[in-house]
Amino acid sequence: MDAIAVISIFTLAVFVGFEVVSKVSSTLHTPLMSGANAIHGVILVGAIIVADHSKNNNLELGLSLAAIVLATINMVGGFVVTDRMLEMFKPKKGDQK
Amino acid sequence: MNSTLYSLVGLAAGVAFILALKGLSHPKTARRGNLIGAFGATVATLSVFLYVTPSGESSQSHSLPIHNLGWILGAIAVGLIIGVPAARKVEMTQMPQLVALFNGVGGGAAALVAIVEYLNLGEKASTAAVIFTVFTVVVGCVSFSGSIITFMKLQELMTTRPVVFPGGRFVIAATLVAVLGVSVWVVTALGTTPLLVLAMLSLLFGVLFVLPVGGADVPIVISLLNAFTGLTVAASGYVLSSTLLIIAGTLVGASGTILTRLMAEAMGRSLFGTLFGAFTAKPQAVSGTAEERPVRSGSPDDVAILLNYARRVVIVPGFGLAVAQAQHTVRELADLMLSKGIDVAYGIHPVAGRMPGHMNVLLAEANVPYDQLAEMDEVNPTFGQTDVAIVIGANDVVNPAAQTTPGCPIYGMPILEVSNAANIIFLKRSMRPGFAGIENELLYDPKTMLLFGDAKASLTKVVSALKAL
Repeated sequence: MDAIAVISIFTLAVFVGFEVVSKVSSTLHTPLMSGANAIHGVILVGAIIVADHSKNNNLELGLSLAAIVLATINMVGGFVVTDRMLEMFKPKKGDQK
Repeated sequence: MNSTLYSLVGLAAGVAFILALKGLSHPKTARRGNLIGAFGATVATLSVFLYVTPSGESSQSHSLPIHNLGWILGAIAVGLIIGVPAARKVEMTQMPQLVALFNGVGGGAAALVAIVEYLNLGEKASTAAVIFTVFTVVVGCVSFSGSIITFMKLQELMTTRPVVFPGGRFVIAATLVAVLGVSVWVVTALGTTPLLVLAMLSLLFGVLFVLPVGGADVPIVISLLNAFTGLTVAASGYVLSSTLLIIAGTLVGASGTILTRLMAEAMGRSLFGTLFGAFTAKPQAVSGTAEERPVRSGSPDDVAILLNYARRVVIVPGFGLAVAQAQHTVRELADLMLSKGIDVAYGIHPVAGRMPGHMNVLLAEANVPYDQLAEMDEVNPTFGQTDVAIVIGANDVVNPAAQTTPGCPIYGMPILEVSNAANIIFLKRSMRPGFAGIENELLYDPKTMLLFGDAKASLTKVVSALKAL
């Protein structure tokens, strides 16, 4: 991959990451952390790619499959638990905010 | 699927993650934001099955379907069978440790991916690729073992107090130096044994890094490790030529860093103090005689009488309330007081419960009206006009030691100043100190009344006593 392209993507993503969460109320710290936690579960994509590449090697395949299991737990479990937390925040009658 | 389409799907998923984080930052859009994130992750995962990524050694890609498809689908099924029920069934009180665990397995997955990448690196691999791979192994392992320790602390499988041993900081420094040294070795001399040594050392460093952190500061560390895992995902993205992983990982790394700082600020802690405070703090004089000091304990009737003649009452809920599942009973008490014309508010400390915002989630679950929940900055100036402050299963968040005792683990944390109220009622199970393990002087204050017992049972008795008045 082109080094300049990678550096550009990385730098822009850092700024976007800083910007989007800079004004979050403490009430939402926990769900936000949990949601961000679920997002890094996309390492699942990387785990599937390395599993595809492990052709004739049982050790590599075994490690890749273990990574897939862990990444799936991280991603799916993370989104489900975040949704459960946020379910509690549904607007109620008389809620002015 | 051709490579252009694959890249565009990856970009769309990256945008979905940005929208997800943006949505999660506002109460109204939070739930939708999370769903957008889940959608992006699903689309990204599906797209890898439809496109064959060229492997590092040969730029020649094979045809679909991808290799080991059956095994891959099987492993995903196993992950679903473990992850979904765990997330569905967990009690809301235990949710922080589940988040810690999910973060840990994510770090573990990133480390494993990097180990396979490393084994796959051909002779043509660039130095940058090797460095990023080694970085992922190290940080992924630290995140994994560190998260396991935070899980054990939150689950109270081990002491919640800072674990410090003589020469601890030298051991940590030595481990860090060893990790860096072996990293250089692994980068220069490609080999499986050095990599294994590096992984072990990194796991050890993760444990040593989290052990000295006190229970109350654990959420900050979880957030930091979360940011770490994000960076490992970004580094993996570079090695695997996946723009999506670079974007997603960097977003989590950056937002996680900011979030860690915001959390530390909400707790009035510096990040440095959180991580290394245990080494610089003077050993706490834990007085063994504390149990013998006189306290004023009362009956549910005494509490009911006090409440009946109050004009303003502030309820300070803590983790003990959640453990006793007393959210509904406390709401009943609040409703009863309101019907008697008493002004009632809940004073919510930013870190009440085990994580910032945890208590809001728990009370919302019990349908406590949102407008009765007052944040610390709103409620603190009103304690002077408050007749009774009822502290239910909370301790550290009202402990004046945070303001008066420099060197104690929670020193500097903003607290709910219940000591300014005319009367204080503590509902506690026992005289045991709070999560941070610090004695609370307020318990011995003459205007404090203690009601011992399970929070739910005590509250039920207070409610019936108040009804009878």
